[in-house]
Amino acid sequence: MPNKTPDTYQELIKGLWRENPVFVQVLGMCPVLAVTNSAINALVMGIATFFVLVVASAIVSSLRHLIPSQVRISTYIVIIATFVTVVDLSLQALLPAVHKELGAFIPLIVVNCMILGRQEAFASRNPVILAVADAMGMALGFMLALFTLGSIREILGSGSWLGIQLFGAQFEPWVIMILPPGGFLTLGLLLLFFQWFKERKQRLVQRLDELEAKS
Amino acid sequence: MMSNVVTEAEIATPGPIHMIVTMCLAGLLSGLIIVSVYEATLPTIMANKAKAMREAAFQVLPGVTKVQRWAWRDNKLVVAENGPSGEEAMFAGFDANDQLVGYALPGAGPGFQDIISLLYGYRTSDQRIIGLRILDSRETPGLGDKIFKDRDFQLNFTSLAVTPDIKAVKKGTKAAPNEIDAITGATISSKAVVKILNTANATWLPRLASIKITHPQEK
Repeated sequence: MPNKTPDTYQELIKGLWRENPVFVQVLGMCPVLAVTNSAINALVMGIATFFVLVVASAIVSSLRHLIPSQVRISTYIVIIATFVTVVDLSLQALLPAVHKELGAFIPLIVVNCMILGRQEAFASRNPVILAVADAMGMALGFMLALFTLGSIREILGSGSWLGIQLFGAQFEPWVIMILPPGGFLTLGLLLLFFQWFKERKQRLVQRLDELEAKS
Repeated sequence: MMSNVVTEAEIATPGPIHMIVTMCLAGLLSGLIIVSVYEATLPTIMANKAKAMREAAFQVLPGVTKVQRWAWRDNKLVVAENGPSGEEAMFAGFDANDQLVGYALPGAGPGFQDIISLLYGYRTSDQRIIGLRILDSRETPGLGDKIFKDRDFQLNFTSLAVTPDIKAVKKGTKAAPNEIDAITGATISSKAVVKILNTANATWLPRLASIKITHPQEK
């Protein structure tokens, strides 16, 4: 991770595209595949993860000098699990219908390796503002990825988007898209696209360098 | 360089007390937060569940304008508009003229993946099931979840005889009044629903025979 000059803006935007937790780092695959069968589920999962990641990063970063490194992982997990429980109970109270749909996957945010990964790799070593910027960027990138996947799968698999019917009655939904294989297919194709885009950019940079060297 | 090594060694070995205190504090704070949020959200969560149950009772008993909750306490049914969660309870439904239409009875049992819980409407005049609503299930999206998403399947439960026991048959072969068309590709989920209904009937119908219906209190 090139991190010579700490730049809040850079930390914020890197998670959206360049280091996107789903498409580039390929982390947190369990919710990515499991709850993206509709756009709304994906969005709520993204918001829940956002809240947990940002709060946990802020706390871990502000306590980073107090937590002995031998017990840091267990402390991080306690902090993360606390806020996951808070999200779980709040969703149950405020959005019972969505909570029913997401089911077991809200408690499973605790073991989303993207969240623990950010604490270990970033929040525990950087000041609070940078840690929060990093967490917000990563969480937004995660949310964006989930929402993209959820939208594609819902449009093709149910013929609707955010619950709004898009096609007429003659549209036969591709049921496989909302089943687990559809998740793998969509994710695979999106990863392929990201990789292709990255390589294309690299080739362009290489050619520019070559041209500069010649002239 | 030398001084660096010393500092790292010092940092690397905090006393055991320090570690224990850190973990205890983390646990204490976490417990405090979780318990306060739990206490704050509990009434809303319970109210949501009770409301969902009551709404479902109206849906499974078409034509009903009033429902009255009955709880199974000490081996008898008593009128109880509220009760602790997990208590066995059902709803009696009345039409606009305060005449008893039927009962909304709960049932639960294992489905394809997890427990399916449901509520169904039982009409007393002809002893038939007239409505079904799945309250909670984790059946496969696109296949098993048709038990509540598929209209054809739901239509099986608009006038279904309960004696002899309900049977699920291959789609399109429903002949007797106690048979339902199973969902193609979700036979296990369909049969699970039937089994839950038969079990719930065996539990509830004898209990219903013993109660005297009082008209719902006017408010």
